[in-house]
Amino acid sequence: MAGLSDAVVAGVYEHPTRWAPDKTAYQIHAESARGALADAGLAIGDVDGFFTAGVGPIGIMTLAEHLNLTPRYHDSTNIGGSSFVAHVLHAAAAISAGLCSVALITYGSTASSDRFAVGTGGVSAGDPPDQFESPYGPTVLGSYALAAQRHMHEFGTTSEQLAEIAVTIRRHAGLNPAAKFREPIAVEDVLASRIVSSPLHLLDCCIISDGGGAVVVTAAERARDLKKKPVRILGGSEGLCHTSMGVRDLTDMAASQSGPRAMAMAGVTHADVDMCMIYDSFTITVLETLESLGFCKRGEGGSFVQSGRIGLGGALPVNTDGGGLSSNHPGMRGIFLVIEAVKQLRGECGERQVKDCEVALCHGTGGMLGLRHSGVTMVLGRGR
Amino acid sequence: MAEKKYAKPLPRVDEESKGFWEACRRHELYVQRCGQCGALRYYPRALCPGCLSERVEWVRCSGKGTVYTFTVTYQNQGAGFRDELPYVLAYVELEEGVRMLTNVVGCKPEDVCIGMPVEVVFEDVTPEATLPKFRPVS
Repeated sequence: MAGLSDAVVAGVYEHPTRWAPDKTAYQIHAESARGALADAGLAIGDVDGFFTAGVGPIGIMTLAEHLNLTPRYHDSTNIGGSSFVAHVLHAAAAISAGLCSVALITYGSTASSDRFAVGTGGVSAGDPPDQFESPYGPTVLGSYALAAQRHMHEFGTTSEQLAEIAVTIRRHAGLNPAAKFREPIAVEDVLASRIVSSPLHLLDCCIISDGGGAVVVTAAERARDLKKKPVRILGGSEGLCHTSMGVRDLTDMAASQSGPRAMAMAGVTHADVDMCMIYDSFTITVLETLESLGFCKRGEGGSFVQSGRIGLGGALPVNTDGGGLSSNHPGMRGIFLVIEAVKQLRGECGERQVKDCEVALCHGTGGMLGLRHSGVTMVLGRGR
Repeated sequence: MAEKKYAKPLPRVDEESKGFWEACRRHELYVQRCGQCGALRYYPRALCPGCLSERVEWVRCSGKGTVYTFTVTYQNQGAGFRDELPYVLAYVELEEGVRMLTNVVGCKPEDVCIGMPVEVVFEDVTPEATLPKFRPVS
Protein backbone atom coordinates (compact mmCIF):
# COMPACT_ATOMS: atom_id res chain seq x y z
CA MET A 1 0.00 0.00 0.00
CA ALA A 2 1.27 3.42 -0.90
CA GLY A 3 -0.11 5.04 2.28
CA LEU A 4 1.75 7.79 4.03
CA SER A 5 4.66 5.63 5.14
CA ASP A 6 7.18 7.71 3.27
CA ALA A 7 6.50 10.89 5.21
CA VAL A 8 7.67 11.85 8.70
CA VAL A 9 7.48 14.84 10.98
CA ALA A 10 10.99 16.25 11.08
CA GLY A 11 10.51 19.41 13.11
CA VAL A 12 8.03 21.17 15.36
CA TYR A 13 7.86 24.45 17.22
CA GLU A 14 5.29 25.94 19.54
CA HIS A 15 5.54 29.70 19.83
CA PRO A 16 5.88 30.53 23.52
CA THR A 17 3.76 33.67 23.40
CA ARG A 18 0.26 33.81 24.82
CA TRP A 19 -0.07 37.61 24.56
CA ALA A 20 1.57 39.50 21.72
CA PRO A 21 -0.11 42.91 21.22
CA ASP A 22 2.89 44.26 19.32
CA LYS A 23 3.16 41.40 16.85
CA THR A 24 1.09 40.65 13.78
CA ALA A 25 -0.11 37.10 13.08
CA TYR A 26 2.35 37.14 10.15
CA GLN A 27 5.30 37.72 12.46
CA ILE A 28 4.16 34.84 14.67
CA HIS A 29 3.92 32.62 11.56
CA ALA A 30 7.49 33.61 10.58
CA GLU A 31 8.94 33.09 14.06
CA SER A 32 7.20 29.71 14.26
CA ALA A 33 8.55 28.70 10.84
CA ARG A 34 12.05 29.59 11.96
CA GLY A 35 11.60 27.53 15.12
CA ALA A 36 10.36 24.39 13.37
CA LEU A 37 12.99 24.54 10.63
CA ALA A 38 15.72 24.95 13.26
CA ASP A 39 14.26 22.01 15.15
CA ALA A 40 14.48 19.90 11.98
CA GLY A 41 17.88 21.22 10.96
CA LEU A 42 16.55 22.48 7.65
CA ALA A 43 16.75 25.90 5.99
CA ILE A 44 13.91 28.06 4.70
CA GLY A 45 15.34 27.52 1.20
CA ASP A 46 14.60 23.80 1.51
CA VAL A 47 10.86 24.42 1.78
CA ASP A 48 8.95 23.57 -1.39
CA GLY A 49 5.52 22.81 0.10
CA PHE A 50 3.54 25.33 2.16
CA PHE A 51 0.38 24.86 4.20
CA THR A 52 -1.59 27.31 6.33
CA ALA A 53 -5.09 28.51 7.19
CA GLY A 54 -6.73 31.33 9.07
CA VAL A 55 -4.99 34.18 7.28
CA GLY A 56 -7.95 35.10 5.10
CA PRO A 57 -9.35 33.46 1.96
CA ILE A 58 -6.22 33.99 -0.13
CA GLY A 59 -3.90 34.76 2.77
CA ILE A 60 -1.55 31.93 1.92
CA MET A 61 -0.19 34.04 -0.94
CA THR A 62 0.43 37.04 1.29
CA LEU A 63 2.04 34.83 3.88
CA ALA A 64 4.22 33.14 1.25
CA GLU A 65 5.28 36.64 0.22
CA HIS A 66 6.08 37.54 3.81
CA LEU A 67 8.32 34.46 4.02
CA ASN A 68 9.51 34.95 0.42
CA LEU A 69 8.46 31.39 -0.45
CA THR A 70 7.62 30.15 -3.94
CA PRO A 71 6.44 26.63 -3.11
CA ARG A 72 5.61 24.10 -5.79
CA TYR A 73 2.74 22.77 -3.66
CA HIS A 74 0.42 24.78 -1.44
CA ASP A 75 -2.77 24.08 0.45
CA SER A 76 -4.85 26.42 2.59
CA THR A 77 -7.67 24.04 3.41
CA ASN A 78 -9.75 25.73 6.08
CA ILE A 79 -12.03 23.41 8.01
CA GLY A 80 -11.75 25.30 11.27
CA GLY A 81 -9.47 24.38 14.14
CA SER A 82 -8.69 20.94 12.74
CA SER A 83 -7.17 22.44 9.59
CA PHE A 84 -3.57 22.03 10.64
CA VAL A 85 -3.97 18.34 11.43
CA ALA A 86 -5.40 18.00 7.92
CA HIS A 87 -2.43 19.98 6.57
CA VAL A 88 0.02 17.49 8.06
CA LEU A 89 -1.91 14.65 6.43
CA HIS A 90 -2.10 16.48 3.12
CA ALA A 91 1.61 17.25 3.33
CA ALA A 92 2.36 13.58 3.96
CA ALA A 93 0.26 12.61 0.94
CA ALA A 94 1.91 15.27 -1.23
CA ILE A 95 5.36 14.10 -0.19
CA SER A 96 4.46 10.45 -0.77
CA ALA A 97 3.23 11.44 -4.24
CA GLY A 98 6.38 13.39 -5.04
CA LEU A 99 4.60 16.75 -5.26
CA CYS A 100 6.97 18.34 -2.77
CA SER A 101 9.85 17.26 -0.55
CA VAL A 102 9.93 19.59 2.46
CA ALA A 103 6.53 20.80 3.67
CA LEU A 104 6.15 23.69 6.10
CA ILE A 105 2.88 24.11 8.01
CA THR A 106 2.49 27.33 9.96
CA TYR A 107 -0.08 28.93 12.23
CA GLY A 108 -0.21 32.30 13.95
CA SER A 109 -2.91 34.40 15.56
CA THR A 110 -3.35 37.39 17.82
CA ALA A 111 -6.93 36.50 18.78
CA SER A 112 -6.44 37.54 22.38
CA SER A 113 -4.76 40.91 21.93
CA ASP A 114 -7.19 41.70 19.10
CA ARG A 115 -10.03 41.08 21.59
CA PHE A 116 -11.54 38.76 19.05
CA ALA A 117 -14.69 37.05 20.38
CA VAL A 118 -13.77 33.49 19.45
CA GLY A 119 -16.80 31.75 20.87
CA THR A 120 -19.48 34.24 21.79
CA GLY A 121 -19.72 36.61 18.85
CA GLY A 122 -22.55 36.60 16.35
CA VAL A 123 -22.21 34.08 13.55
CA SER A 124 -23.32 35.03 10.06
CA ALA A 125 -21.48 33.67 7.07
CA GLY A 126 -24.13 34.40 4.48
CA ASP A 127 -24.08 30.83 3.16
CA PRO A 128 -27.42 29.16 2.30
CA PRO A 129 -28.04 27.51 5.70
CA ASP A 130 -27.05 30.69 7.52
CA GLN A 131 -30.47 32.30 6.96
CA PHE A 132 -32.05 29.43 8.92
CA GLU A 133 -29.60 29.78 11.80
CA SER A 134 -28.21 33.27 12.35
CA PRO A 135 -31.62 34.90 13.04
CA TYR A 136 -31.84 32.69 16.16
CA GLY A 137 -28.46 33.58 17.65
CA PRO A 138 -26.28 30.49 17.59
CA THR A 139 -22.78 31.09 18.98
CA VAL A 140 -19.87 28.71 18.57
CA LEU A 141 -20.18 27.92 22.25
CA GLY A 142 -23.95 27.52 21.97
CA SER A 143 -23.56 24.96 19.21
CA TYR A 144 -21.43 22.78 21.52
CA ALA A 145 -23.82 23.41 24.40
CA LEU A 146 -26.70 22.01 22.31
CA ALA A 147 -24.77 18.76 22.00
CA ALA A 148 -23.83 18.72 25.68
CA GLN A 149 -27.45 19.16 26.74
CA ARG A 150 -28.55 16.29 24.52
CA HIS A 151 -25.72 14.05 25.75
CA MET A 152 -26.76 14.68 29.35
CA HIS A 153 -30.37 13.90 28.50
CA GLU A 154 -29.68 10.66 26.64
CA PHE A 155 -26.94 9.23 28.82
CA GLY A 156 -27.14 10.94 32.18
CA THR A 157 -23.79 12.65 31.72
CA THR A 158 -23.24 15.22 34.48
CA SER A 159 -21.62 18.63 34.81
CA GLU A 160 -19.28 17.05 37.36
CA GLN A 161 -18.05 14.59 34.76
CA LEU A 162 -17.47 17.35 32.21
CA ALA A 163 -15.70 19.37 34.89
CA GLU A 164 -13.32 16.47 35.53
CA ILE A 165 -11.95 17.00 32.02
CA ALA A 166 -11.19 20.67 32.70
CA VAL A 167 -9.61 19.80 36.05
CA THR A 168 -7.37 17.10 34.57
CA ILE A 169 -6.19 19.24 31.69
CA ARG A 170 -5.48 22.15 34.06
CA ARG A 171 -3.33 19.81 36.12
CA HIS A 172 -1.34 19.05 32.98
CA ALA A 173 -0.99 22.78 32.26
CA GLY A 174 0.64 23.12 35.66
CA LEU A 175 3.49 21.00 34.28
CA ASN A 176 3.89 23.14 31.14
CA PRO A 177 5.85 26.34 31.85
CA ALA A 178 4.40 28.00 28.73
CA ALA A 179 0.73 27.35 29.60
CA LYS A 180 -1.42 30.45 30.16
CA PHE A 181 -3.34 29.13 33.17
CA ARG A 182 -1.40 26.86 35.53
CA GLU A 183 -3.07 27.18 38.93
CA PRO A 184 -4.87 23.93 39.81
CA ILE A 185 -8.68 23.97 39.79
CA ALA A 186 -11.21 21.61 41.37
CA VAL A 187 -14.52 20.25 40.08
CA GLU A 188 -16.29 22.72 42.42
CA ASP A 189 -14.48 25.64 40.78
CA VAL A 190 -15.80 24.62 37.37
CA LEU A 191 -19.34 24.23 38.72
CA ALA A 192 -19.12 27.57 40.50
CA SER A 193 -17.99 29.42 37.39
CA ARG A 194 -20.76 31.26 35.56
CA ILE A 195 -22.87 29.48 32.97
CA VAL A 196 -22.10 30.97 29.56
CA SER A 197 -24.45 28.79 27.54
CA SER A 198 -26.20 26.08 29.49
CA PRO A 199 -25.10 23.50 30.47
CA LEU A 200 -21.55 24.77 29.87
CA HIS A 201 -19.76 26.85 32.50
CA LEU A 202 -16.97 29.33 31.84
CA LEU A 203 -14.37 26.75 32.90
CA ASP A 204 -15.84 24.22 30.45
CA CYS A 205 -14.61 26.56 27.70
CA CYS A 206 -11.23 26.97 26.08
CA ILE A 207 -9.28 30.07 26.88
CA ILE A 208 -8.44 32.75 24.33
CA SER A 209 -4.76 33.48 23.76
CA ASP A 210 -2.36 34.68 21.12
CA GLY A 211 0.05 32.14 19.73
CA GLY A 212 1.26 30.03 16.88
CA GLY A 213 3.34 27.11 15.83
CA ALA A 214 4.84 25.24 12.92
CA VAL A 215 5.50 21.70 11.74
CA VAL A 216 7.94 20.43 9.12
CA VAL A 217 7.12 17.24 7.21
CA THR A 218 9.54 15.51 4.88
CA ALA A 219 10.32 12.09 3.41
CA ALA A 220 11.69 9.41 5.73
CA GLU A 221 14.74 9.12 3.50
CA ARG A 222 15.47 12.83 3.73
CA ALA A 223 14.95 12.87 7.49
CA ARG A 224 17.52 10.18 8.15
CA ASP A 225 20.39 12.65 8.51
CA LEU A 226 18.44 15.46 10.15
CA LYS A 227 18.84 16.79 13.66
CA LYS A 228 15.93 15.10 15.43
CA LYS A 229 14.67 11.56 15.34
CA PRO A 230 11.75 11.59 12.91
CA VAL A 231 8.21 10.85 14.03
CA ARG A 232 6.31 8.53 11.71
CA ILE A 233 2.89 9.39 10.28
CA LEU A 234 1.19 6.02 10.60
CA GLY A 235 -2.27 6.90 9.35
CA GLY A 236 -4.94 9.51 9.08
CA SER A 237 -8.40 10.30 7.84
CA GLU A 238 -10.99 13.05 7.77
CA GLY A 239 -14.72 13.36 8.33
CA LEU A 240 -17.58 15.85 8.32
CA CYS A 241 -20.86 16.18 10.20
CA HIS A 242 -23.59 18.65 9.33
CA THR A 243 -27.32 18.94 9.88
CA SER A 244 -27.92 15.99 7.48
CA MET A 245 -31.15 17.39 5.98
CA GLY A 246 -32.52 17.81 9.51
CA VAL A 247 -31.92 14.47 11.23
CA ARG A 248 -28.42 14.80 12.71
CA ASP A 249 -27.65 12.96 15.98
CA LEU A 250 -25.84 15.51 18.15
CA THR A 251 -24.08 12.89 20.25
CA ASP A 252 -22.14 11.67 17.21
CA MET A 253 -19.03 13.42 15.94
CA ALA A 254 -17.04 13.33 12.71
CA ALA A 255 -14.48 11.44 14.79
CA SER A 256 -16.60 8.30 14.40
CA GLN A 257 -15.92 8.51 10.64
CA SER A 258 -12.25 9.49 10.65
CA GLY A 259 -11.08 7.60 13.75
CA PRO A 260 -11.63 3.98 12.65
CA ARG A 261 -10.20 4.70 9.20
CA ALA A 262 -7.10 6.37 10.61
CA MET A 263 -6.47 3.57 13.11
CA ALA A 264 -6.99 0.87 10.48
CA MET A 265 -4.54 2.62 8.18
CA ALA A 266 -2.04 2.87 11.03
CA GLY A 267 -2.60 -0.74 11.98
CA VAL A 268 -3.17 0.12 15.64
CA THR A 269 -5.87 -0.76 18.16
CA HIS A 270 -7.13 1.43 21.01
CA ALA A 271 -4.89 -0.48 23.42
CA ASP A 272 -1.83 0.51 21.36
CA VAL A 273 -2.46 4.25 21.82
CA ASP A 274 -0.26 5.63 24.60
CA MET A 275 -1.64 9.17 24.65
CA CYS A 276 -4.19 11.37 22.87
CA MET A 277 -4.20 14.97 21.82
CA ILE A 278 -7.88 15.84 21.46
CA TYR A 279 -9.22 19.20 20.37
CA ASP A 280 -10.65 20.65 23.58
CA SER A 281 -12.59 23.69 22.51
CA PHE A 282 -15.00 22.71 25.30
CA THR A 283 -15.11 19.84 27.78
CA ILE A 284 -17.97 18.23 25.84
CA THR A 285 -15.77 18.14 22.73
CA VAL A 286 -13.30 15.87 24.51
CA LEU A 287 -15.98 13.61 25.94
CA GLU A 288 -17.84 13.11 22.67
CA THR A 289 -14.58 12.71 20.73
CA LEU A 290 -13.36 9.93 23.03
CA GLU A 291 -16.67 8.12 22.49
CA SER A 292 -16.76 8.70 18.75
CA LEU A 293 -13.16 7.48 18.41
CA GLY A 294 -14.24 4.31 20.20
CA PHE A 295 -12.12 4.59 23.36
CA CYS A 296 -15.36 3.89 25.19
CA LYS A 297 -18.93 3.15 24.18
CA ARG A 298 -21.36 5.89 23.21
CA GLY A 299 -22.80 7.32 26.40
CA GLU A 300 -19.99 6.06 28.64
CA GLY A 301 -17.69 9.05 28.21
CA GLY A 302 -18.76 10.50 31.55
CA SER A 303 -17.53 7.59 33.61
CA PHE A 304 -14.55 7.08 31.26
CA VAL A 305 -13.05 10.49 32.08
CA GLN A 306 -13.41 10.01 35.81
CA SER A 307 -11.04 8.07 38.08
CA GLY A 308 -7.90 9.57 36.58
CA ARG A 309 -7.93 7.63 33.35
CA ILE A 310 -7.21 10.63 31.09
CA GLY A 311 -4.63 12.19 33.43
CA LEU A 312 -0.87 11.71 33.36
CA GLY A 313 -0.20 8.35 34.96
CA GLY A 314 -3.61 7.10 33.85
CA ALA A 315 -4.34 4.58 31.12
CA LEU A 316 -4.88 7.23 28.41
CA PRO A 317 -3.35 10.62 29.14
CA VAL A 318 -5.13 13.36 27.16
CA ASN A 319 -3.81 16.83 26.31
CA THR A 320 -0.61 16.69 28.32
CA ASP A 321 0.28 20.25 27.27
CA GLY A 322 -2.69 21.73 29.10
CA GLY A 323 -4.82 21.92 25.96
CA GLY A 324 -6.96 24.74 24.73
CA LEU A 325 -8.74 24.65 28.06
CA SER A 326 -5.64 25.93 29.90
CA SER A 327 -2.51 26.35 27.78
CA ASN A 328 -3.35 28.22 24.60
CA HIS A 329 -6.21 28.70 22.15
CA PRO A 330 -5.67 31.40 19.56
CA GLY A 331 -8.79 30.35 17.64
CA MET A 332 -7.62 27.29 15.69
CA ARG A 333 -5.46 25.03 17.80
CA GLY A 334 -5.02 21.94 15.60
CA ILE A 335 -1.31 22.50 15.10
CA PHE A 336 -0.62 22.22 18.84
CA LEU A 337 -2.13 18.74 18.88
CA VAL A 338 0.53 17.61 16.44
CA ILE A 339 3.36 19.51 18.14
CA GLU A 340 2.72 18.04 21.61
CA ALA A 341 2.22 14.51 20.22
CA VAL A 342 5.55 14.76 18.40
CA LYS A 343 7.32 15.99 21.54
CA GLN A 344 5.83 13.15 23.57
CA LEU A 345 6.98 10.58 21.00
CA ARG A 346 10.48 12.05 21.08
CA GLY A 347 10.51 11.99 24.88
CA GLU A 348 11.03 15.77 25.19
CA CYS A 349 8.22 16.59 27.62
CA GLY A 350 10.10 16.64 30.91
CA GLU A 351 7.77 16.57 33.90
CA ARG A 352 4.73 15.86 31.75
CA GLN A 353 6.34 13.07 29.72
CA VAL A 354 4.18 9.98 29.11
CA LYS A 355 6.32 6.94 29.90
CA ASP A 356 7.36 4.76 26.93
CA CYS A 357 5.24 6.76 24.52
CA GLU A 358 5.30 4.92 21.20
CA VAL A 359 1.93 5.71 19.60
CA ALA A 360 0.05 9.01 19.89
CA LEU A 361 -3.31 9.88 18.39
CA CYS A 362 -4.29 13.44 17.45
CA HIS A 363 -7.86 14.39 16.71
CA GLY A 364 -8.80 17.86 15.55
CA THR A 365 -12.35 19.20 15.51
CA GLY A 366 -13.21 22.35 13.59
CA GLY A 367 -16.40 24.33 13.27
CA MET A 368 -19.58 24.24 15.32
CA LEU A 369 -20.46 20.89 16.86
CA GLY A 370 -24.23 21.33 16.78
CA LEU A 371 -24.33 22.77 13.25
CA ARG A 372 -21.45 21.50 11.14
CA HIS A 373 -17.97 20.41 12.02
CA SER A 374 -14.93 18.67 10.62
CA GLY A 375 -12.86 15.95 12.22
CA VAL A 376 -9.33 14.89 11.37
CA THR A 377 -7.63 11.94 13.06
CA MET A 378 -3.93 11.27 12.73
CA VAL A 379 -1.88 8.49 14.32
CA LEU A 380 1.80 9.16 14.93
CA GLY A 381 4.50 6.69 15.90
CA ARG A 382 7.91 6.96 17.54
CA GLY A 383 10.75 6.92 15.04
CA ARG A 384 12.93 3.90 14.76
CA MET B 1 -39.19 57.47 22.18
CA ALA B 2 -38.04 56.27 18.78
CA GLU B 3 -38.72 52.64 18.11
CA LYS B 4 -35.61 50.51 18.28
CA LYS B 5 -34.39 49.17 14.96
CA TYR B 6 -34.38 45.38 14.58
CA ALA B 7 -30.67 44.55 14.86
CA LYS B 8 -30.41 40.77 14.57
CA PRO B 9 -29.48 39.08 11.28
CA LEU B 10 -32.39 38.66 8.86
CA PRO B 11 -32.91 35.79 6.44
CA ARG B 12 -31.20 36.43 3.11
CA VAL B 13 -33.90 35.07 0.84
CA ASP B 14 -32.74 33.30 -2.30
CA GLU B 15 -34.32 31.22 -5.05
CA GLU B 16 -34.00 28.05 -2.98
CA SER B 17 -35.50 29.48 0.19
CA LYS B 18 -38.12 31.85 -1.19
CA GLY B 19 -41.06 29.43 -0.81
CA PHE B 20 -40.25 28.78 2.83
CA TRP B 21 -39.99 32.45 3.81
CA GLU B 22 -43.05 33.51 1.82
CA ALA B 23 -45.07 30.85 3.66
CA CYS B 24 -43.75 32.15 6.98
CA ARG B 25 -45.05 35.60 6.07
CA ARG B 26 -48.48 33.96 5.71
CA HIS B 27 -47.84 32.29 9.10
CA GLU B 28 -47.56 28.85 7.58
CA LEU B 29 -44.71 26.40 8.11
CA TYR B 30 -43.52 24.21 5.25
CA VAL B 31 -40.68 21.75 4.74
CA GLN B 32 -39.69 20.08 1.48
CA ARG B 33 -40.11 16.53 0.28
CA CYS B 34 -38.32 15.22 -2.80
CA GLY B 35 -40.85 14.55 -5.58
CA GLN B 36 -38.72 11.67 -6.82
CA CYS B 37 -37.28 9.73 -3.87
CA GLY B 38 -39.59 11.05 -1.17
CA ALA B 39 -36.85 12.17 1.23
CA LEU B 40 -37.89 14.93 3.62
CA ARG B 41 -35.48 17.80 4.02
CA TYR B 42 -34.85 20.89 6.08
CA TYR B 43 -33.48 23.43 5.34
CA PRO B 44 -34.99 23.89 1.85
CA ARG B 45 -32.85 23.62 -1.25
CA ALA B 46 -33.37 23.30 -4.99
CA LEU B 47 -31.99 19.81 -5.50
CA CYS B 48 -32.55 16.73 -3.35
CA PRO B 49 -29.14 15.84 -1.88
CA GLY B 50 -30.12 12.17 -2.01
CA CYS B 51 -31.01 11.81 -5.70
CA LEU B 52 -30.32 15.28 -7.17
CA SER B 53 -33.89 15.58 -8.43
CA GLU B 54 -35.30 19.08 -8.67
CA ARG B 55 -38.88 17.89 -8.21
CA VAL B 56 -39.96 19.51 -4.96
CA GLU B 57 -43.12 19.00 -2.95
CA TRP B 58 -43.85 21.48 -0.20
CA VAL B 59 -45.24 19.78 2.91
CA ARG B 60 -47.42 21.89 5.19
CA CYS B 61 -46.37 21.23 8.78
CA SER B 62 -48.71 20.99 11.74
CA GLY B 63 -46.43 23.36 13.61
CA LYS B 64 -46.23 20.92 16.51
CA GLY B 65 -43.04 19.36 17.75
CA THR B 66 -40.83 18.65 20.73
CA VAL B 67 -37.60 20.16 21.99
CA TYR B 68 -34.73 17.91 20.78
CA THR B 69 -32.11 19.95 22.60
CA PHE B 70 -31.58 23.53 23.77
CA THR B 71 -29.17 25.92 25.41
CA VAL B 72 -29.89 28.99 27.46
CA THR B 73 -27.51 31.56 26.00
CA TYR B 74 -26.15 34.02 28.57
CA GLN B 75 -23.43 35.54 26.38
CA ASN B 76 -23.63 36.67 22.77
CA GLN B 77 -21.94 39.87 21.72
CA GLY B 78 -23.83 39.93 18.41
CA ALA B 79 -26.03 42.94 17.66
CA GLY B 80 -29.59 42.50 18.89
CA PHE B 81 -28.84 39.39 20.92
CA ARG B 82 -26.74 41.15 23.54
CA ASP B 83 -29.83 43.16 24.51
CA GLU B 84 -32.04 40.10 24.95
CA LEU B 85 -29.97 37.81 27.17
CA PRO B 86 -30.66 35.18 28.25
CA TYR B 87 -32.48 33.55 25.35
CA VAL B 88 -33.17 29.95 24.41
CA LEU B 89 -31.58 28.47 21.30
CA ALA B 90 -33.06 25.07 20.47
CA TYR B 91 -33.50 22.34 17.96
CA VAL B 92 -37.18 21.51 17.67
CA GLU B 93 -38.10 18.17 16.14
CA LEU B 94 -41.24 18.67 14.07
CA GLU B 95 -43.98 16.04 14.02
CA GLU B 96 -43.03 15.54 10.38
CA GLY B 97 -39.59 14.30 11.50
CA VAL B 98 -37.02 17.01 10.76
CA ARG B 99 -35.21 19.24 13.25
CA MET B 100 -35.13 23.04 13.00
CA LEU B 101 -32.80 25.41 14.78
CA THR B 102 -35.00 28.03 16.42
CA ASN B 103 -35.78 29.93 19.60
CA VAL B 104 -38.15 28.77 22.32
CA VAL B 105 -40.14 31.78 23.52
CA GLY B 106 -43.17 32.46 25.64
CA CYS B 107 -41.85 30.89 28.84
CA LYS B 108 -39.02 31.33 31.31
CA PRO B 109 -35.71 29.94 29.96
CA GLU B 110 -35.38 27.74 33.05
CA ASP B 111 -38.70 26.04 32.26
CA VAL B 112 -37.49 24.64 28.92
CA CYS B 113 -36.57 20.95 28.87
CA ILE B 114 -35.81 18.29 26.29
CA GLY B 115 -38.96 16.52 25.14
CA MET B 116 -41.17 19.50 25.94
CA PRO B 117 -44.12 19.73 23.50
CA VAL B 118 -44.01 23.02 21.59
CA GLU B 119 -45.92 24.73 18.80
CA VAL B 120 -44.88 27.22 16.19
CA VAL B 121 -45.44 30.93 16.71
CA PHE B 122 -44.66 33.40 13.94
CA GLU B 123 -42.81 36.61 14.78
CA ASP B 124 -43.16 39.37 12.22
CA VAL B 125 -39.79 40.93 13.03
CA THR B 126 -39.83 43.41 10.12
CA PRO B 127 -42.46 44.21 7.45
CA GLU B 128 -40.55 41.83 5.12
CA ALA B 129 -39.44 39.06 7.47
CA THR B 130 -41.29 36.58 9.63
CA LEU B 131 -39.43 34.06 11.77
CA PRO B 132 -40.93 30.77 12.96
CA LYS B 133 -40.23 30.28 16.67
CA PHE B 134 -41.75 27.88 19.17
CA ARG B 135 -43.58 28.17 22.47
CA PRO B 136 -44.76 25.57 24.97
CA VAL B 137 -48.08 23.98 24.02
CA SER B 138 -50.62 25.63 26.25
